[in-house]
Amino acid sequence: MFEYLLRRLAGTVPVLLAVSLFVFAFVHLLPGDPARMVAGQDASYEQVENVRKELLLDRPLWEQYIRYLDQMAHLQLGRSIKTHEPVATMIGQRFMPTFWLTVVSMIWAVIAGVGLGVLSGVWRGGVADRLAAGGAILGISFPSFWLGLLMMDMFSVRLGWLPTGGYGTWGHFVMPAFTLGSAVAAVMARFTRSAYIEVAQEDYVRTARSKGVPERGVIWTHTLRNALIPVITLTGLQFGFLLGGAIVVETVFAWPGLGRLLIDSVSFRDYPVIQAEILLFAVEFVLINLIVDLLYGMVNPEIRLK
Amino acid sequence: MIVPTIRSPGREFWRRFQRQRVAMVSLVVIIVLVGAAFLAPWIAPYDQATPDYDALLEGPSLVHWAGTDSYGRDILSRMIWGGQVSLTVGFLSVVLGCVVGVALGIISGFFGGWLDGLIMRTIDVMLAFPGILPAIAVVAILGPGIVNVIYAIALSAVPVFARLVRGTTLALKETLYVQASRSIGVSRPKLMLRHILPGTLPAVIVYASLRMGTSILTAAALSFIGLGAQPPSPEWGAMLSDGRSYLGVADHITIFPGLAILITVLAFNLLGDGLRDALDQKLR
Repeated sequence: MFEYLLRRLAGTVPVLLAVSLFVFAFVHLLPGDPARMVAGQDASYEQVENVRKELLLDRPLWEQYIRYLDQMAHLQLGRSIKTHEPVATMIGQRFMPTFWLTVVSMIWAVIAGVGLGVLSGVWRGGVADRLAAGGAILGISFPSFWLGLLMMDMFSVRLGWLPTGGYGTWGHFVMPAFTLGSAVAAVMARFTRSAYIEVAQEDYVRTARSKGVPERGVIWTHTLRNALIPVITLTGLQFGFLLGGAIVVETVFAWPGLGRLLIDSVSFRDYPVIQAEILLFAVEFVLINLIVDLLYGMVNPEIRLK
Repeated sequence: MIVPTIRSPGREFWRRFQRQRVAMVSLVVIIVLVGAAFLAPWIAPYDQATPDYDALLEGPSLVHWAGTDSYGRDILSRMIWGGQVSLTVGFLSVVLGCVVGVALGIISGFFGGWLDGLIMRTIDVMLAFPGILPAIAVVAILGPGIVNVIYAIALSAVPVFARLVRGTTLALKETLYVQASRSIGVSRPKLMLRHILPGTLPAVIVYASLRMGTSILTAAALSFIGLGAQPPSPEWGAMLSDGRSYLGVADHITIFPGLAILITVLAFNLLGDGLRDALDQKLR
Protein backbone atom coordinates (compact mmCIF):
# COMPACT_ATOMS: atom_id res chain seq x y z
CA MET A 1 0.00 0.00 0.00
CA PHE A 2 2.83 2.39 0.85
CA GLU A 3 4.48 1.79 -2.48
CA TYR A 4 1.19 2.42 -4.25
CA LEU A 5 0.80 5.64 -2.32
CA LEU A 6 4.25 6.81 -3.41
CA ARG A 7 3.68 5.83 -7.02
CA ARG A 8 0.35 7.63 -7.14
CA LEU A 9 1.81 10.74 -5.48
CA ALA A 10 4.67 10.77 -7.97
CA GLY A 11 2.16 10.62 -10.80
CA THR A 12 0.31 13.66 -9.49
CA VAL A 13 3.32 15.96 -9.41
CA PRO A 14 3.77 16.32 -13.22
CA VAL A 15 0.05 17.03 -13.65
CA LEU A 16 0.15 19.72 -10.97
CA LEU A 17 3.24 21.26 -12.57
CA ALA A 18 1.57 21.27 -15.97
CA VAL A 19 -1.55 22.84 -14.49
CA SER A 20 0.53 25.54 -12.85
CA LEU A 21 2.34 26.12 -16.14
CA PHE A 22 -0.97 26.65 -17.89
CA VAL A 23 -2.25 29.04 -15.25
CA PHE A 24 1.09 30.84 -15.35
CA ALA A 25 0.81 31.14 -19.14
CA PHE A 26 -2.71 32.54 -18.71
CA VAL A 27 -1.51 36.13 -18.25
CA HIS A 28 0.66 35.83 -21.34
CA LEU A 29 -2.24 34.54 -23.43
CA LEU A 30 -4.22 37.72 -22.85
CA PRO A 31 -4.39 39.96 -25.89
CA GLY A 32 -2.25 43.06 -25.50
CA ASP A 33 0.20 44.00 -22.77
CA PRO A 34 -0.26 41.62 -19.81
CA ALA A 35 0.93 44.23 -17.30
CA ARG A 36 -1.67 46.69 -18.63
CA MET A 37 -4.38 44.01 -18.51
CA VAL A 38 -3.56 43.06 -14.92
CA ALA A 39 -3.23 46.66 -13.74
CA GLY A 40 -6.57 47.60 -15.31
CA GLN A 41 -7.41 49.75 -18.32
CA ASP A 42 -7.38 53.04 -16.44
CA ALA A 43 -4.19 52.46 -14.46
CA SER A 44 -1.46 55.09 -14.73
CA TYR A 45 1.90 54.45 -16.41
CA GLU A 46 3.60 54.06 -13.02
CA GLN A 47 1.01 51.55 -11.84
CA VAL A 48 1.47 49.49 -15.00
CA GLU A 49 5.24 49.52 -14.54
CA ASN A 50 4.83 48.53 -10.88
CA VAL A 51 2.70 45.57 -11.88
CA ARG A 52 5.30 44.66 -14.50
CA LYS A 53 7.93 44.58 -11.77
CA GLU A 54 5.68 42.85 -9.24
CA LEU A 55 4.78 40.08 -11.69
CA LEU A 56 8.37 40.03 -12.97
CA LEU A 57 7.05 40.51 -16.49
CA ASP A 58 10.34 42.21 -17.38
CA ARG A 59 12.32 39.05 -16.54
CA PRO A 60 12.92 35.97 -18.75
CA LEU A 61 9.96 33.53 -18.86
CA TRP A 62 11.68 30.68 -17.06
CA GLU A 63 12.62 32.97 -14.18
CA GLN A 64 9.05 34.28 -14.04
CA TYR A 65 7.73 30.75 -13.82
CA ILE A 66 10.10 29.71 -11.03
CA ARG A 67 9.18 32.82 -9.05
CA TYR A 68 5.52 32.16 -9.76
CA LEU A 69 5.80 28.65 -8.29
CA ASP A 70 7.61 30.06 -5.29
CA GLN A 71 4.86 32.65 -4.73
CA MET A 72 2.12 30.02 -5.07
CA ALA A 73 3.89 27.81 -2.55
CA HIS A 74 3.77 30.73 -0.11
CA LEU A 75 0.16 31.56 -1.00
CA GLN A 76 1.19 34.95 -2.34
CA LEU A 77 -1.54 35.28 -4.93
CA GLY A 78 -1.30 39.01 -5.58
CA ARG A 79 -3.99 41.62 -5.12
CA SER A 80 -7.39 42.05 -6.70
CA ILE A 81 -7.66 44.82 -9.31
CA LYS A 82 -11.20 45.57 -8.20
CA THR A 83 -10.91 45.69 -4.41
CA HIS A 84 -7.11 45.77 -3.92
CA GLU A 85 -7.56 43.09 -1.25
CA PRO A 86 -5.04 40.24 -1.20
CA VAL A 87 -6.46 37.46 -3.40
CA ALA A 88 -5.58 34.85 -0.77
CA THR A 89 -7.84 36.59 1.76
CA MET A 90 -10.72 36.83 -0.71
CA ILE A 91 -10.44 33.17 -1.60
CA GLY A 92 -10.11 32.23 2.06
CA GLN A 93 -13.44 33.91 2.85
CA ARG A 94 -15.20 32.21 -0.05
CA PHE A 95 -13.74 28.76 0.37
CA MET A 96 -15.90 27.30 3.14
CA PRO A 97 -19.32 28.17 1.63
CA THR A 98 -18.36 26.41 -1.61
CA PHE A 99 -16.83 23.50 0.29
CA TRP A 100 -20.01 22.91 2.30
CA LEU A 101 -22.21 23.36 -0.74
CA THR A 102 -20.35 20.67 -2.68
CA VAL A 103 -20.24 18.33 0.32
CA VAL A 104 -23.98 18.60 1.05
CA SER A 105 -24.75 18.25 -2.68
CA MET A 106 -22.58 15.17 -2.88
CA ILE A 107 -24.29 13.55 0.11
CA TRP A 108 -27.66 14.12 -1.56
CA ALA A 109 -26.33 12.86 -4.91
CA VAL A 110 -24.88 9.67 -3.39
CA ILE A 111 -28.00 8.84 -1.38
CA ALA A 112 -30.38 9.49 -4.27
CA GLY A 113 -28.13 8.18 -7.03
CA VAL A 114 -26.90 4.98 -5.41
CA GLY A 115 -30.35 4.31 -3.94
CA LEU A 116 -32.12 4.63 -7.28
CA GLY A 117 -29.36 2.73 -9.05
CA VAL A 118 -29.60 -0.23 -6.70
CA LEU A 119 -33.41 -0.26 -6.86
CA SER A 120 -33.34 -0.39 -10.63
CA GLY A 121 -30.59 -3.00 -10.59
CA VAL A 122 -32.52 -5.28 -8.22
CA TRP A 123 -35.81 -4.89 -10.09
CA ARG A 124 -34.25 -4.74 -13.52
CA GLY A 125 -36.86 -4.13 -16.23
CA GLY A 126 -39.60 -3.41 -13.68
CA VAL A 127 -41.61 -0.26 -13.11
CA ALA A 128 -39.07 1.15 -10.63
CA ASP A 129 -36.28 0.57 -13.15
CA ARG A 130 -38.11 2.38 -15.92
CA LEU A 131 -39.06 5.29 -13.68
CA ALA A 132 -35.48 5.58 -12.45
CA ALA A 133 -34.13 5.43 -16.01
CA GLY A 134 -36.52 8.19 -17.06
CA GLY A 135 -35.64 10.25 -14.01
CA ALA A 136 -31.93 9.79 -14.69
CA ILE A 137 -32.04 10.97 -18.29
CA LEU A 138 -34.20 13.88 -17.23
CA GLY A 139 -31.74 14.75 -14.46
CA ILE A 140 -28.82 14.75 -16.89
CA SER A 141 -30.66 16.96 -19.38
CA PHE A 142 -32.18 19.44 -16.91
CA PRO A 143 -30.46 22.85 -16.95
CA SER A 144 -29.38 23.34 -13.33
CA PHE A 145 -29.96 27.09 -13.43
CA TRP A 146 -33.51 26.53 -14.67
CA LEU A 147 -34.21 23.97 -11.95
CA GLY A 148 -32.88 26.49 -9.44
CA LEU A 149 -35.13 29.26 -10.73
CA LEU A 150 -38.21 27.00 -10.82
CA MET A 151 -37.63 25.91 -7.23
CA MET A 152 -37.01 29.46 -6.14
CA ASP A 153 -40.26 30.51 -7.81
CA MET A 154 -42.17 27.74 -6.06
CA PHE A 155 -40.67 27.53 -2.58
CA SER A 156 -39.45 31.08 -1.99
CA VAL A 157 -41.60 33.43 -4.02
CA ARG A 158 -44.93 31.58 -3.86
CA LEU A 159 -44.82 29.50 -0.69
CA GLY A 160 -42.25 31.52 1.22
CA TRP A 161 -40.78 28.39 2.83
CA LEU A 162 -37.15 28.88 1.91
CA PRO A 163 -34.86 31.91 1.49
CA THR A 164 -34.28 32.90 -2.17
CA GLY A 165 -30.55 33.03 -1.71
CA GLY A 166 -27.63 33.78 0.52
CA TYR A 167 -25.80 31.71 3.07
CA GLY A 168 -26.21 31.00 6.76
CA THR A 169 -28.79 28.53 7.98
CA TRP A 170 -29.73 25.00 6.90
CA GLY A 171 -32.62 26.47 4.98
CA HIS A 172 -30.16 28.19 2.67
CA PHE A 173 -28.67 24.85 1.69
CA VAL A 174 -31.82 23.03 0.61
CA MET A 175 -32.38 24.45 -2.86
CA PRO A 176 -28.77 25.01 -3.97
CA ALA A 177 -27.67 21.55 -2.83
CA PHE A 178 -30.69 19.86 -4.41
CA THR A 179 -30.11 21.75 -7.67
CA LEU A 180 -26.40 21.06 -7.78
CA GLY A 181 -26.62 17.42 -6.66
CA SER A 182 -29.46 16.27 -8.88
CA ALA A 183 -27.52 16.00 -12.14
CA VAL A 184 -24.81 14.07 -10.31
CA ALA A 185 -27.46 11.82 -8.72
CA ALA A 186 -28.70 11.02 -12.22
CA VAL A 187 -25.24 10.07 -13.45
CA MET A 188 -24.64 7.97 -10.33
CA ALA A 189 -27.97 6.17 -10.67
CA ARG A 190 -27.15 5.08 -14.22
CA PHE A 191 -23.67 4.00 -13.30
CA THR A 192 -24.68 2.15 -10.12
CA ARG A 193 -27.39 0.28 -12.03
CA SER A 194 -24.96 -1.04 -14.64
CA ALA A 195 -22.33 -1.86 -12.00
CA TYR A 196 -24.95 -3.76 -10.01
CA ILE A 197 -26.20 -5.70 -13.04
CA GLU A 198 -22.66 -6.60 -14.02
CA VAL A 199 -21.81 -7.98 -10.58
CA ALA A 200 -25.17 -9.78 -10.34
CA GLN A 201 -24.10 -11.91 -13.33
CA GLU A 202 -20.88 -13.07 -11.68
CA ASP A 203 -20.40 -16.74 -10.86
CA TYR A 204 -19.97 -16.13 -7.14
CA VAL A 205 -23.38 -14.47 -6.93
CA ARG A 206 -24.98 -17.48 -8.65
CA THR A 207 -23.06 -19.80 -6.32
CA ALA A 208 -24.24 -17.87 -3.28
CA ARG A 209 -27.82 -18.09 -4.46
CA SER A 210 -27.60 -21.79 -5.31
CA LYS A 211 -26.14 -22.72 -1.94
CA GLY A 212 -29.18 -21.15 -0.30
CA VAL A 213 -28.05 -17.73 0.86
CA PRO A 214 -31.27 -15.75 1.46
CA GLU A 215 -32.02 -13.20 -1.27
CA ARG A 216 -31.41 -10.31 1.10
CA GLY A 217 -27.91 -11.64 1.80
CA VAL A 218 -27.24 -12.14 -1.89
CA ILE A 219 -28.17 -8.54 -2.59
CA TRP A 220 -26.41 -6.89 0.35
CA THR A 221 -23.31 -8.95 0.94
CA HIS A 222 -22.48 -10.56 -2.36
CA THR A 223 -23.67 -8.11 -4.98
CA LEU A 224 -23.91 -4.65 -3.52
CA ARG A 225 -20.59 -4.58 -1.75
CA ASN A 226 -18.73 -5.45 -4.91
CA ALA A 227 -20.86 -3.25 -7.14
CA LEU A 228 -20.13 -0.19 -5.03
CA ILE A 229 -16.37 -0.32 -5.50
CA PRO A 230 -16.35 1.34 -8.96
CA VAL A 231 -18.93 3.81 -7.65
CA ILE A 232 -16.21 5.25 -5.38
CA THR A 233 -14.17 6.29 -8.41
CA LEU A 234 -17.19 7.85 -10.03
CA THR A 235 -17.88 9.83 -6.88
CA GLY A 236 -14.43 11.38 -7.13
CA LEU A 237 -14.86 12.29 -10.77
CA GLN A 238 -18.26 13.79 -10.07
CA PHE A 239 -16.75 16.03 -7.40
CA GLY A 240 -15.12 17.83 -10.29
CA PHE A 241 -18.50 18.21 -11.91
CA LEU A 242 -19.88 19.63 -8.65
CA LEU A 243 -17.04 22.16 -8.40
CA GLY A 244 -17.79 23.26 -11.95
CA GLY A 245 -21.54 23.20 -11.43
CA ALA A 246 -21.20 25.25 -8.25
CA ILE A 247 -20.04 28.14 -10.41
CA VAL A 248 -23.48 28.30 -12.06
CA VAL A 249 -25.61 27.37 -9.05
CA GLU A 250 -23.89 29.93 -6.80
CA THR A 251 -24.83 32.60 -9.34
CA VAL A 252 -28.49 31.56 -9.21
CA PHE A 253 -28.71 31.55 -5.42
CA ALA A 254 -26.39 34.48 -4.64
CA TRP A 255 -24.15 32.05 -2.74
CA PRO A 256 -21.03 33.82 -1.39
CA GLY A 257 -18.64 31.19 -2.70
CA LEU A 258 -15.72 30.73 -5.06
CA GLY A 259 -17.91 30.23 -8.11
CA ARG A 260 -19.66 33.55 -7.87
CA LEU A 261 -16.35 35.24 -7.12
CA LEU A 262 -14.97 33.71 -10.33
CA ILE A 263 -17.89 34.94 -12.45
CA ASP A 264 -17.68 38.42 -10.96
CA SER A 265 -13.94 38.45 -11.61
CA VAL A 266 -14.34 37.36 -15.22
CA SER A 267 -16.92 40.08 -15.82
CA PHE A 268 -14.62 42.63 -14.22
CA ARG A 269 -11.47 41.22 -15.86
CA ASP A 270 -9.89 40.88 -12.42
CA TYR A 271 -7.06 38.69 -13.70
CA PRO A 272 -5.15 37.98 -10.45
CA VAL A 273 -8.36 36.57 -8.94
CA ILE A 274 -9.26 34.59 -12.09
CA GLN A 275 -5.77 33.11 -12.24
CA ALA A 276 -5.77 32.08 -8.59
CA GLU A 277 -9.27 30.61 -8.81
CA ILE A 278 -8.54 28.52 -11.90
CA LEU A 279 -5.44 27.17 -10.22
CA LEU A 280 -7.35 26.41 -7.02
CA PHE A 281 -10.18 24.57 -8.80
CA ALA A 282 -7.75 22.45 -10.82
CA VAL A 283 -5.53 21.62 -7.84
CA GLU A 284 -8.57 20.69 -5.74
CA PHE A 285 -9.85 18.42 -8.47
CA VAL A 286 -6.47 16.71 -8.93
CA LEU A 287 -6.14 16.19 -5.15
CA ILE A 288 -9.67 14.78 -4.83
CA ASN A 289 -8.87 12.31 -7.60
CA LEU A 290 -5.70 11.37 -5.77
CA ILE A 291 -7.60 10.73 -2.54
CA VAL A 292 -10.23 8.70 -4.38
CA ASP A 293 -7.58 6.60 -6.08
CA LEU A 294 -5.95 5.93 -2.71
CA LEU A 295 -9.28 4.92 -1.19
CA TYR A 296 -9.88 2.71 -4.16
CA GLY A 297 -6.51 1.10 -3.65
CA MET A 298 -7.46 0.42 -0.03
CA VAL A 299 -10.72 -1.37 -0.85
CA ASN A 300 -9.46 -3.13 -3.96
CA PRO A 301 -6.01 -4.75 -3.55
CA GLU A 302 -5.96 -5.68 -7.24
CA ILE A 303 -5.48 -2.02 -8.19
CA ARG A 304 -2.47 -1.30 -6.03
CA LEU A 305 -0.60 -4.34 -7.29
CA LYS A 306 -0.90 -3.34 -10.95
CA MET B 1 -27.83 -24.32 -51.93
CA ILE B 2 -28.16 -22.01 -48.99
CA VAL B 3 -26.91 -18.53 -49.66
CA PRO B 4 -26.00 -16.76 -46.40
CA THR B 5 -27.62 -13.36 -46.28
CA ILE B 6 -25.17 -10.70 -45.29
CA ARG B 7 -26.77 -7.36 -44.59
CA SER B 8 -24.81 -4.19 -44.94
CA PRO B 9 -23.78 -2.92 -41.49
CA GLY B 10 -25.40 0.42 -42.24
CA ARG B 11 -28.75 -1.12 -43.05
CA GLU B 12 -28.52 -3.46 -40.07
CA PHE B 13 -27.82 -0.46 -37.85
CA TRP B 14 -30.77 1.49 -39.25
CA ARG B 15 -33.06 -1.51 -38.67
CA ARG B 16 -32.01 -1.73 -35.01
CA PHE B 17 -32.21 2.03 -34.58
CA GLN B 18 -35.75 2.20 -35.98
CA ARG B 19 -36.93 -0.28 -33.36
CA GLN B 20 -36.03 2.19 -30.62
CA ARG B 21 -39.14 4.27 -30.43
CA VAL B 22 -37.81 6.85 -27.96
CA ALA B 23 -34.75 7.53 -30.09
CA MET B 24 -36.88 7.80 -33.24
CA VAL B 25 -39.17 10.31 -31.54
CA SER B 26 -36.08 12.26 -30.41
CA LEU B 27 -34.80 12.33 -33.97
CA VAL B 28 -38.12 13.73 -35.17
CA VAL B 29 -38.07 16.34 -32.36
CA ILE B 30 -34.56 17.39 -33.38
CA ILE B 31 -35.58 17.67 -37.04
CA VAL B 32 -38.55 19.84 -36.04
CA LEU B 33 -36.36 22.06 -33.80
CA VAL B 34 -33.73 22.50 -36.51
CA GLY B 35 -36.43 23.17 -39.09
CA ALA B 36 -38.14 25.75 -36.86
CA ALA B 37 -34.84 27.48 -36.07
CA PHE B 38 -33.89 27.89 -39.71
CA LEU B 39 -37.36 28.86 -40.87
CA ALA B 40 -37.47 31.49 -38.10
CA PRO B 41 -37.79 34.48 -40.47
CA TRP B 42 -40.95 32.92 -41.94
CA ILE B 43 -42.61 31.16 -39.04
CA ALA B 44 -41.92 33.48 -36.08
CA PRO B 45 -45.25 35.25 -35.49
CA TYR B 46 -43.63 38.56 -34.48
CA ASP B 47 -40.34 40.33 -34.95
CA GLN B 48 -38.25 39.07 -32.04
CA ALA B 49 -36.46 42.39 -31.47
CA THR B 50 -39.31 44.89 -31.70
CA PRO B 51 -40.53 46.10 -28.31
CA ASP B 52 -44.25 46.60 -27.75
CA TYR B 53 -44.78 48.90 -24.79
CA ASP B 54 -48.52 48.23 -24.83
CA ALA B 55 -47.93 44.54 -24.10
CA LEU B 56 -45.38 44.33 -21.29
CA LEU B 57 -45.00 41.10 -19.29
CA GLU B 58 -48.23 39.64 -20.70
CA GLY B 59 -48.94 36.02 -19.85
CA PRO B 60 -49.56 33.37 -22.51
CA SER B 61 -52.64 34.15 -24.62
CA LEU B 62 -53.97 33.53 -28.11
CA VAL B 63 -52.19 36.66 -29.30
CA HIS B 64 -48.82 35.82 -27.70
CA TRP B 65 -48.73 32.06 -27.24
CA ALA B 66 -45.78 32.17 -24.82
CA GLY B 67 -46.46 35.67 -23.49
CA THR B 68 -44.25 38.73 -23.73
CA ASP B 69 -41.14 39.86 -21.85
CA SER B 70 -40.34 43.08 -20.00
CA TYR B 71 -39.99 44.97 -23.31
CA GLY B 72 -43.19 43.51 -24.69
CA ARG B 73 -41.28 41.30 -27.12
CA ASP B 74 -43.02 38.07 -28.17
CA ILE B 75 -41.38 35.20 -26.29
CA LEU B 76 -42.33 32.47 -28.76
CA SER B 77 -40.69 34.41 -31.60
CA ARG B 78 -37.60 34.94 -29.49
CA MET B 79 -37.47 31.24 -28.63
CA ILE B 80 -37.63 30.30 -32.31
CA TRP B 81 -34.80 32.70 -33.13
CA GLY B 82 -32.94 31.60 -30.01
CA GLY B 83 -33.02 28.05 -31.34
CA GLN B 84 -30.85 29.24 -34.22
CA VAL B 85 -28.26 30.51 -31.75
CA SER B 86 -28.29 27.47 -29.45
CA LEU B 87 -28.27 24.86 -32.21
CA THR B 88 -25.57 26.66 -34.20
CA VAL B 89 -23.36 27.06 -31.15
CA GLY B 90 -23.91 23.42 -30.18
CA PHE B 91 -23.26 22.13 -33.68
CA LEU B 92 -20.18 24.22 -34.45
CA SER B 93 -18.55 23.59 -31.10
CA VAL B 94 -19.12 19.83 -31.33
CA VAL B 95 -17.83 19.69 -34.92
CA LEU B 96 -14.77 21.74 -34.04
CA GLY B 97 -14.02 19.79 -30.86
CA CYS B 98 -14.69 16.51 -32.64
CA VAL B 99 -12.39 17.21 -35.60
CA VAL B 100 -9.50 18.28 -33.38
CA GLY B 101 -10.11 15.49 -30.86
CA VAL B 102 -10.40 12.76 -33.50
CA ALA B 103 -7.25 13.96 -35.26
CA LEU B 104 -5.29 13.98 -31.99
CA GLY B 105 -6.69 10.59 -31.00
CA ILE B 106 -5.78 8.89 -34.28
CA ILE B 107 -2.30 10.44 -34.39
CA SER B 108 -1.71 9.49 -30.75
CA GLY B 109 -2.88 5.91 -31.15
CA PHE B 110 -1.31 5.35 -34.55
CA PHE B 111 2.19 6.66 -33.93
CA GLY B 112 2.49 5.82 -30.24
CA GLY B 113 5.81 6.57 -28.55
CA TRP B 114 6.72 10.05 -27.36
CA LEU B 115 4.06 11.72 -29.51
CA ASP B 116 1.38 9.59 -27.86
CA GLY B 117 2.85 10.40 -24.45
CA LEU B 118 2.88 14.13 -25.16
CA ILE B 119 -0.68 14.23 -26.51
CA MET B 120 -2.13 12.08 -23.75
CA ARG B 121 -0.39 14.00 -20.95
CA THR B 122 -1.73 17.24 -22.44
CA ILE B 123 -5.20 15.69 -22.44
CA ASP B 124 -4.72 14.69 -18.79
CA VAL B 125 -3.92 18.28 -17.91
CA MET B 126 -6.98 19.53 -19.82
CA LEU B 127 -9.11 17.08 -17.86
CA ALA B 128 -7.72 18.48 -14.61
CA PHE B 129 -9.92 21.53 -15.12
CA PRO B 130 -13.35 20.33 -14.02
CA GLY B 131 -16.69 20.87 -15.72
CA ILE B 132 -17.43 24.30 -17.09
CA LEU B 133 -14.10 25.70 -15.85
CA PRO B 134 -12.06 25.34 -19.09
CA ALA B 135 -14.84 27.15 -20.95
CA ILE B 136 -14.80 29.97 -18.39
CA ALA B 137 -11.00 30.19 -18.62
CA VAL B 138 -11.21 30.57 -22.40
CA VAL B 139 -13.91 33.23 -22.09
CA ALA B 140 -11.76 35.02 -19.50
CA ILE B 141 -8.93 35.18 -22.04
CA LEU B 142 -10.89 35.91 -25.22
CA GLY B 143 -13.66 37.96 -23.60
CA PRO B 144 -17.40 37.24 -23.36
CA GLY B 145 -19.47 36.68 -26.49
CA ILE B 146 -21.14 33.92 -28.39
CA VAL B 147 -18.30 33.24 -30.88
CA ASN B 148 -15.80 32.82 -28.06
CA VAL B 149 -18.24 30.47 -26.36
CA ILE B 150 -18.01 28.21 -29.43
CA TYR B 151 -14.21 28.00 -29.07
CA ALA B 152 -14.52 27.55 -25.32
CA ILE B 153 -16.95 24.64 -25.56
CA ALA B 154 -15.08 23.07 -28.47
CA LEU B 155 -11.94 23.04 -26.35
CA SER B 156 -13.66 21.20 -23.51
CA ALA B 157 -14.94 18.57 -25.98
CA VAL B 158 -11.47 17.79 -27.38
CA PRO B 159 -10.21 15.49 -24.57
CA VAL B 160 -13.30 13.27 -24.65
CA PHE B 161 -13.02 12.61 -28.38
CA ALA B 162 -9.24 12.24 -28.30
CA ARG B 163 -9.33 9.55 -25.60
CA LEU B 164 -12.18 7.68 -27.20
CA VAL B 165 -10.59 7.63 -30.66
CA ARG B 166 -7.14 6.76 -29.36
CA GLY B 167 -8.55 3.63 -27.75
CA THR B 168 -10.32 2.52 -30.93
CA THR B 169 -7.23 3.33 -33.02
CA LEU B 170 -5.03 1.14 -30.83
CA ALA B 171 -7.43 -1.77 -31.39
CA LEU B 172 -7.86 -1.15 -35.11
CA LYS B 173 -4.11 -0.83 -35.70
CA GLU B 174 -3.71 -4.50 -34.82
CA THR B 175 -6.55 -5.78 -37.03
CA LEU B 176 -5.69 -7.99 -39.98
CA TYR B 177 -6.89 -5.59 -42.67
CA VAL B 178 -4.83 -2.70 -41.36
CA GLN B 179 -1.77 -4.90 -40.96
CA ALA B 180 -2.31 -6.26 -44.49
CA SER B 181 -2.66 -2.76 -45.96
CA ARG B 182 0.46 -1.72 -44.18
CA SER B 183 2.38 -4.73 -45.48
CA ILE B 184 1.58 -3.88 -49.11
CA GLY B 185 2.95 -0.40 -48.52
CA VAL B 186 -0.11 1.80 -48.06
CA SER B 187 1.10 5.20 -46.89
CA ARG B 188 0.58 6.23 -43.28
CA PRO B 189 -1.77 9.16 -43.95
CA LYS B 190 -3.90 6.88 -46.13
CA LEU B 191 -3.89 4.15 -43.47
CA MET B 192 -5.14 6.65 -40.91
CA LEU B 193 -7.74 8.32 -43.09
CA ARG B 194 -9.08 5.43 -45.16
CA HIS B 195 -8.62 2.41 -42.93
CA ILE B 196 -8.72 3.59 -39.32
CA LEU B 197 -10.88 6.73 -39.34
CA PRO B 198 -14.04 4.97 -40.65
CA GLY B 199 -13.75 2.38 -37.88
CA THR B 200 -13.73 5.03 -35.18
CA LEU B 201 -16.78 6.86 -36.54
CA PRO B 202 -19.64 4.87 -34.95
CA ALA B 203 -18.48 5.63 -31.42
CA VAL B 204 -17.66 9.21 -32.43
CA ILE B 205 -21.19 9.74 -33.72
CA VAL B 206 -22.73 8.46 -30.47
CA TYR B 207 -20.49 10.76 -28.44
CA ALA B 208 -21.16 13.68 -30.76
CA SER B 209 -24.89 13.33 -30.17
CA LEU B 210 -24.49 13.17 -26.39
CA ARG B 211 -22.01 16.02 -26.61
CA MET B 212 -24.51 18.19 -28.50
CA GLY B 213 -26.72 18.03 -25.41
CA THR B 214 -23.85 18.94 -23.09
CA SER B 215 -22.65 21.75 -25.36
CA ILE B 216 -26.07 23.36 -25.68
CA LEU B 217 -26.45 23.14 -21.91
CA THR B 218 -23.02 24.69 -21.31
CA ALA B 219 -23.62 27.47 -23.82
CA ALA B 220 -26.94 28.30 -22.17
CA ALA B 221 -25.28 28.25 -18.74
CA LEU B 222 -22.53 30.63 -19.90
CA SER B 223 -25.09 33.00 -21.38
CA PHE B 224 -27.14 32.75 -18.20
CA ILE B 225 -24.21 33.83 -16.03
CA GLY B 226 -23.51 36.66 -18.46
CA LEU B 227 -20.42 35.31 -20.22
CA GLY B 228 -22.05 34.12 -23.45
CA ALA B 229 -24.63 35.71 -25.70
CA GLN B 230 -25.21 39.28 -24.58
CA PRO B 231 -28.66 40.78 -23.85
CA PRO B 232 -30.62 41.77 -26.83
CA SER B 233 -29.71 38.32 -28.29
CA PRO B 234 -32.63 35.88 -27.93
CA GLU B 235 -30.32 33.08 -26.72
CA TRP B 236 -32.27 30.78 -24.38
CA GLY B 237 -29.89 31.08 -21.42
CA ALA B 238 -29.81 34.87 -21.75
CA MET B 239 -33.63 34.95 -21.86
CA LEU B 240 -33.78 32.92 -18.66
CA SER B 241 -31.42 35.31 -16.97
CA ASP B 242 -33.77 38.11 -17.97
CA GLY B 243 -36.74 36.27 -16.45
CA ARG B 244 -34.98 35.96 -13.12
CA SER B 245 -36.08 39.48 -12.15
CA TYR B 246 -39.75 38.67 -12.75
CA LEU B 247 -40.18 35.46 -10.75
CA GLY B 248 -43.65 35.40 -9.23
CA VAL B 249 -44.72 38.30 -11.47
CA ALA B 250 -44.22 36.85 -14.95
CA ASP B 251 -43.12 33.23 -14.59
CA HIS B 252 -43.61 32.48 -18.27
CA ILE B 253 -40.42 34.42 -19.13
CA THR B 254 -38.52 31.84 -17.10
CA ILE B 255 -40.57 28.78 -17.92
CA PHE B 256 -40.66 28.75 -21.73
CA PRO B 257 -36.98 29.28 -22.62
CA GLY B 258 -36.02 26.72 -19.96
CA LEU B 259 -38.44 24.25 -21.48
CA ALA B 260 -36.84 24.83 -24.88
CA ILE B 261 -33.39 24.04 -23.46
CA LEU B 262 -34.66 20.95 -21.64
CA ILE B 263 -36.46 19.53 -24.68
CA THR B 264 -33.50 20.10 -26.99
CA VAL B 265 -30.93 18.64 -24.61
CA LEU B 266 -33.19 15.72 -23.74
CA ALA B 267 -33.72 14.93 -27.43
CA PHE B 268 -29.98 14.84 -28.14
CA ASN B 269 -29.27 12.71 -25.06
CA LEU B 270 -32.02 10.22 -25.90
CA LEU B 271 -30.86 10.11 -29.51
CA GLY B 272 -27.31 9.42 -28.33
CA ASP B 273 -28.53 6.61 -26.05
CA GLY B 274 -30.53 5.10 -28.90
CA LEU B 275 -27.60 5.29 -31.30
CA ARG B 276 -25.36 3.63 -28.74
CA ASP B 277 -27.79 0.80 -28.12
CA ALA B 278 -28.28 0.28 -31.86
CA LEU B 279 -24.53 0.17 -32.41
CA ASP B 280 -23.63 -2.06 -29.52
CA GLN B 281 -26.09 -4.54 -28.11
CA LYS B 282 -23.72 -5.46 -25.29
CA LEU B 283 -24.05 -2.12 -23.58
CA ARG B 284 -27.66 -2.62 -22.58
